[in-house]
Amino acid sequence: MRSDRGPSAPLRLKIAAACGLLFLHLPILLIFVYAFTTEEKSFVWPPPGLTTQWFAVTWNRPDVWEALSLSVRVAAISTAIALVLGTLCAAAVSQTRFFGRETISLLVILPIALPGIITGIALRSAFSLADIPFSFWTIVLGHATFCVVVVYNNAVARFRRTSGSMIEASMDLGADGFQTFRHVVLPNIATALLAGGMLAFALSFDEVIVTTFTAGQQQTVPIWMLEELIRPRQRPVTNVVAMVVVLVTLLPILLAYYLTRDGDQIAGSGK
Amino acid sequence: MTSAVSFQKVSRHFGSVRAVDAVDLDIEPGEFFAMLGPSGSGKTTCLRLIAGFEQPTAGSISIFGERAEGVPPYRRNVNTVFQDYALFPHLNVLDNVAYGLMVKGVGKPERQKAAEEALSLVRLPGYGARRPGQLSGGQRQRVALARALVNQPKVLLLDEPLGALDLKLRENMQDELKSLQKALGITFVFVTHDQGEALSMADRVAVFNDGKIMQIGTPEDIYQRPRTRFVADFVGSSNVLPPDFVQRYSGQHRWGSLRPESIRVGRGAKGDGVAARLVSTNYLGATTRLALDADGLRLHAIVPAGTAVPEEGEAVVLTFNREHLHLMDEPA
Repeated sequence: MRSDRGPSAPLRLKIAAACGLLFLHLPILLIFVYAFTTEEKSFVWPPPGLTTQWFAVTWNRPDVWEALSLSVRVAAISTAIALVLGTLCAAAVSQTRFFGRETISLLVILPIALPGIITGIALRSAFSLADIPFSFWTIVLGHATFCVVVVYNNAVARFRRTSGSMIEASMDLGADGFQTFRHVVLPNIATALLAGGMLAFALSFDEVIVTTFTAGQQQTVPIWMLEELIRPRQRPVTNVVAMVVVLVTLLPILLAYYLTRDGDQIAGSGK
Repeated sequence: MTSAVSFQKVSRHFGSVRAVDAVDLDIEPGEFFAMLGPSGSGKTTCLRLIAGFEQPTAGSISIFGERAEGVPPYRRNVNTVFQDYALFPHLNVLDNVAYGLMVKGVGKPERQKAAEEALSLVRLPGYGARRPGQLSGGQRQRVALARALVNQPKVLLLDEPLGALDLKLRENMQDELKSLQKALGITFVFVTHDQGEALSMADRVAVFNDGKIMQIGTPEDIYQRPRTRFVADFVGSSNVLPPDFVQRYSGQHRWGSLRPESIRVGRGAKGDGVAARLVSTNYLGATTRLALDADGLRLHAIVPAGTAVPEEGEAVVLTFNREHLHLMDEPA
């Protein structure tokens, strides 16, 4: 991280790094540029002209609003479920010892290691087997599988860095379970939960594969975009939405990164 | 008189491990009581049984006459100073100390005043605004002490309270803990593996091994009159003498113990005493510790610094006052 302390990097390395960064981010910039193009049927480079009319067009399209609203609701509820389940699971795994603890810890992480398509197919067959009609809640359920993992990972790392005797100290000083959770546990894991929650939200917001298998006729933002690319008219509307999605997901991830970084000092034990 | 803490046949088993095994124990009110033993001997589990973090598998515990089984830690008038201090990193020092009063619903001005007083008691006045992370190890320990004392516990439990401190600080804290205990009159129960600490601070010491109490007594009792080989060896590394050896000097076929400082080391191969060979010498400052080999029996002697010490490998004669040879209860 602190390259300013070491010797300066050789020129060739700098060029290589710059190329790598361009390769990663140039396509994203391209998408931003196309949001302002005057050509609506196909993406032409260079754009024949620049305009901001697509923002107004997007604003007035009800299908955009429906998709956005669905995505936000799904992400919010999946994250909420993940926060509760992930924290409880992390607390159990890191604070107590019981038979099968390691297995549970592995099983919780597994959904994120599995390809999304496996999770999707598995959920789809499970839903049809149980005769559950596809709805808002099936999407939420699908998203919650990987959101739990993100929250769990963050919470478990923080629990491990938190001195276990702190909880005992709180009980020893007269606090019951609820008071201990409120005054000691929660303040110590709050930033980890916030970070995990934001990451979970961002993941849910741009999830495609699991959603295609668990959604009925409804469209979340990514699904809507896929459909939209096939339509021949008003293409830049997709780009406008893409810009919004980038902002909506990037900001929480950046914030989560800063929160967990600062967390190092907060979570130290009393030693 | 009711005991401050009373154990009746208390056991705590973890699966097949008998961490505490049928322990009987009575700690008097106002006593400074030490639980001494090697790691894994059950002393810390006993402390946790008193605090309420563990429940006995069998037997009964009472604290000032009240049965303690099933009573959670937060309903016991007992407070603990943890080995790692367990201060709350997200609270400042004053809020840490006031925590116990806060959860009991004491008003803010009142609890802050009490916390300030407790901080003065441990000689940290004015440190309230700092964070635990900004304090030294010794200061954190004092905060942990103040945080426990502010609740005016009937029994204060200290788990290896001085373990993490360096030697100088440790000696200061020993004195301070002792005078604090005298001034407050609270029953202190502390756990340590350091026999010097136990002997110098406690009114009475319980020596633990394998989940059982080997011996309870005053420091002098424990040091001068160990009842078993384990106590003799663990408390101050006494020389444990086999029954055959002891029989020659006392006429009784029993295990004996002889303190290293009771052995006099003379030069030469002849004389009335035990013939031995000097194996090695260890300079310890005020004293010198000699390792001796008496016909296969390993012995240690401690002589004051400045005493002429024979060469390593030299033949020596050991003498001791027969009164210093202590016969142990342990069957031969």
